Amino acid sequence: MLEHYLSLFIRAVFVENMALAFFLGMCTFLAISKRVETALGLGIAVIVVLTITVPVNNLVLHNLLDEGALAWTGIAALQTLDMRFLGLLCYIGVIAALVQILEMTLDRYVPALYNALGIFLPLITVNCAILGASLFMVERHYDFGESVVFGFGAGAGWALAIVLLAAIREKLKYSDVPDGLKGLGITFIVTGLMSLGFMSFAGVQL
Amino acid sequence: MTTAKAKSVLFEPIFNNNPIALQILGICSALAITTTLENTITMCLAVIFVLTCANFSIALIRNLVPSNIRIIVQMTIITSLVILVDQVLQAYHYALSRELSVFVGLIITNCIILGRAEAFAMSNPPVMSAIDGFGNALGYTVVLLFVGFCRELFGSGTLFGIPVMLPTTEGGWYYTNGLMLLPPSAFFLIGVFIWALRAWKPDQVEQDQFEIAPHTPARTSQAF
Repeated sequence: MLEHYLSLFIRAVFVENMALAFFLGMCTFLAISKRVETALGLGIAVIVVLTITVPVNNLVLHNLLDEGALAWTGIAALQTLDMRFLGLLCYIGVIAALVQILEMTLDRYVPALYNALGIFLPLITVNCAILGASLFMVERHYDFGESVVFGFGAGAGWALAIVLLAAIREKLKYSDVPDGLKGLGITFIVTGLMSLGFMSFAGVQL
Repeated sequence: MTTAKAKSVLFEPIFNNNPIALQILGICSALAITTTLENTITMCLAVIFVLTCANFSIALIRNLVPSNIRIIVQMTIITSLVILVDQVLQAYHYALSRELSVFVGLIITNCIILGRAEAFAMSNPPVMSAIDGFGNALGYTVVLLFVGFCRELFGSGTLFGIPVMLPTTEGGWYYTNGLMLLPPSAFFLIGVFIWALRAWKPDQVEQDQFEIAPHTPARTSQAF
C-alpha cells in the first residue's frame, strides 16, 4: 500500500509535473518567477492549498455529487440522483472558500507565514493547477488516501518547477538575449527546455 | 457607441495587445490540447463562446453587483457557461470531449476570461463588452491556431487528420518530428511566435530592468 502511494507521489512530482507536462498554472508560473524568494513563497502556498482542496473535493464528489451518493438520506427520489454535472461549480466554490478560510486562519495564528505569502494566497483561487488537480482526481477515480497523496505531490511538483525556473531567470539577467525574445519570449523557451528535461523521468516506476 | 471605437476594441487585442503574447493571460488551459488542429479549433470555439457571453452578461449586471462579492458572481457566471459547453460536448462529440479531458473544465480558470470581466466588462456597456470579449478570444485563437497548425503539420504530417506530407511510415517521404507532439514544443512555438510578433512591432519589446555596468578597465598590477 505504501509503495502504491510512494509511486503515485513520485509520478505526480516528476513524471506528470503539473506545470511542465500539463501546462497548468502557467500564468502565475510565468508572471511570478522573477525572484527565487517569491517563487518559493508561492510554491509553498500552492502545496498547502492543493493538499487540502483535492481531498475535500474528493469528499464532496463521493458524498454529495456522485450517482446515488445521496442515498443515505433515505429519500426515494435521491437514490439514483446523479449531480456530477454540477461538479465544476462545486469544486471552484470549495477552492474559493477554502482559500478564504486558509487566509483567515493564517492571518490569525501564523501571521509570519501570512505576511510571507501576501497577495499570492487569494490569487491561488484562479490558478488552474488547483482546479486541474481536482479534475484529474475525478477523472482518474482516486480514493480519499490517493487524493491526499496526489494533491501533495502535484503541489510539490509545481513548487519545484517554479523555484527552478526562478533560479534560471535570475541568472538569465546576465545573458545577452535578442531584443524580441527578452522577458516573456526567452522564458517560454527556457520552460520548454525544462519540460524536455523533465520528460526524461517518463517511465520511472517504483 | 462609435463604429471606430468598436473596431479598435475588436482588433486591438489580436496583434497589438495580444492576451497571450503581451498580457501573459490564459496560457494555462490551452497548450496541452494543441497537438491536433481539430482539438485546437474546438477549444478556441469554446473560449470564444464563453468569453463573449461572459463579458456580455457580466456587463449587463455590472451596476447591480456589490463590489465585494463581484469575483464570486463573475466566477459563477463563467462556470455556468463552461458547464454548458462541457455538457454539449459530452452529448454531441463524446470522443472529442474525452480527448480534451479536463481542459474544457479548466476554461473556468483561464485568466483571460476573469481578467477581461474585471478589466473591461465591469466598466463598459454590454455590447461593447461582448465585442471586447470576442476580440480577445480572437487574439487567443490566432496564437493557438499557429501552434496547432505547426504541431500537427510537422508532428504527424497531417492537417485536420488529412495527410499533407505523407510520413515514411506510410510509404511517403516525410520523417515525422516526434518532438512536435510532445509538450515542450508548444513552449518553443509560442516563444518563437512572441519573437516574430515583437520583431514586427518593436514597441512590445520588454526593457531591461537594470543596466549592467560596463567592464571596468583591467587593473594593471604594479607588483611585478
